[in-house]
Amino acid sequence: MLSSPDLAAIWLTFKLATITTLLLLLIGTPIAWWLARTRSWWKGPVGAVVALPIVLPPTVIGFYLLLIMGPQGFVGRFTEWAGIGLLPFTFGGLLVGSVFYSMPFVVQPIQNAFEAIGERPLEAAATLRASPLDTFFSVALPLAKPGFITATILGFAHTVGEFGVVLMIGGNIPDKTRVVSVLIYDHVEALEYGQAHWLAGGMLAFSFLVLLALYTLTGRKSQ
Amino acid sequence: MRLLFFALLCCATLVRAGEVPVAVAANFAAPAKQIAADFEKETGHKATLVSGATGKFYAQIRNGAPFEVLLAADDETAARLEKEGAAVAGTRFTYAIGRLVLWSGRPGLVDDKGEVLRKGDFAHLAIANPKLAPYGAAAVEVLTALKLPDAVQARLVVAENITQAHMFVVTGNAELGFVALSQVLKDGKVAEGSAWIVPANLHQPIRQDAILLDKGRGKPAAEAWLNYLKGDKAKAIIKSFGYEI
Repeated sequence: MLSSPDLAAIWLTFKLATITTLLLLLIGTPIAWWLARTRSWWKGPVGAVVALPIVLPPTVIGFYLLLIMGPQGFVGRFTEWAGIGLLPFTFGGLLVGSVFYSMPFVVQPIQNAFEAIGERPLEAAATLRASPLDTFFSVALPLAKPGFITATILGFAHTVGEFGVVLMIGGNIPDKTRVVSVLIYDHVEALEYGQAHWLAGGMLAFSFLVLLALYTLTGRKSQ
Repeated sequence: MRLLFFALLCCATLVRAGEVPVAVAANFAAPAKQIAADFEKETGHKATLVSGATGKFYAQIRNGAPFEVLLAADDETAARLEKEGAAVAGTRFTYAIGRLVLWSGRPGLVDDKGEVLRKGDFAHLAIANPKLAPYGAAAVEVLTALKLPDAVQARLVVAENITQAHMFVVTGNAELGFVALSQVLKDGKVAEGSAWIVPANLHQPIRQDAILLDKGRGKPAAEAWLNYLKGDKAKAIIKSFGYEI
């Protein structure tokens, strides 16, 4: 059965995924809007940086995060200067890593949804003298709702499934950085297959249900 | 006729020179590589080394991985495989005894008696996971033996293995950590930073055992590799990396 360290890890994972998803919706929406609307030369490079975590092995991301957030890295120097201290081995550090790691899974669905709206509804709003901000909140956001649902579910689920990055920058500290995926790895390595099954099976069921919900929700929309 | 003779001779040596896939504990990867080079020169056999976590090797071997020899990081895994019939009984032996070192990348931080642990002049102390890595378990034994205040416990960062613990310290994210002496030794000396070589009486000896696996039964190359590992030349290399034997 699940022990109390297991439950603590489940709660921590839930907390990490929730805050990461909220942060990503806040940061990712303007980025997605800009990527969907811009004709700037920067669209390519910015889009590529956002998509990097899809192709890079998480160990590469974790390794570089560990370096740049360390005492010699520029992020580490900045956080020390700002009085926050170093980020590795803290919940905040995990949050920073997760936001970067799950970014494409939130930005891309929203960007696609914004692109699908096209120019006409926005132009129509403009002719009715809606301000750009008003147009964004009363026209673009409601029309892009399916994209936001997909982004929220994928961002949350992808953060829950995060492993390599946490392994690199986490330090396996109970209640701070020891999430479910790392604990499963520990159980397997320690040959505690029984405990590993409880968590791993739970993760499998959770992931399946999340994706099932996603495809049922978005499937209905497109029909 | 003479040509044919040479052709046959050549084929005969080809048949005799074999290849042995070896699973090597991550902390022993460097010495194993050096030993394998000599082994190939002297015997003609080739040792293909795969380094990784011993616990993972155990799971892979139990599920049909093609390894013929295991050089484990502990003395439990080989014994367990022997008991479960996945390895050849009676072939197990200790090939190296690991030494633990408290190490920092910063010169002068670690004194030669480990007093820095008491002074508590650090935010993070890296150790390998004591549940998974023998060096981590040894580190916890040392902390217990020194009767350190609980404050130190709260500063522990736990790496998955000794390689990662070393990385936490190298990158400066942890000011100091318990690592394997073999990781920081260069030409017989601790090359960088500051270190305290932990007296061996503060923890159980870190015995690393080797064993002939079931897939290596009756394979000349696998048996030759294990014999070579027991030889004086291999032992000299093992010692030069900071292990005892």
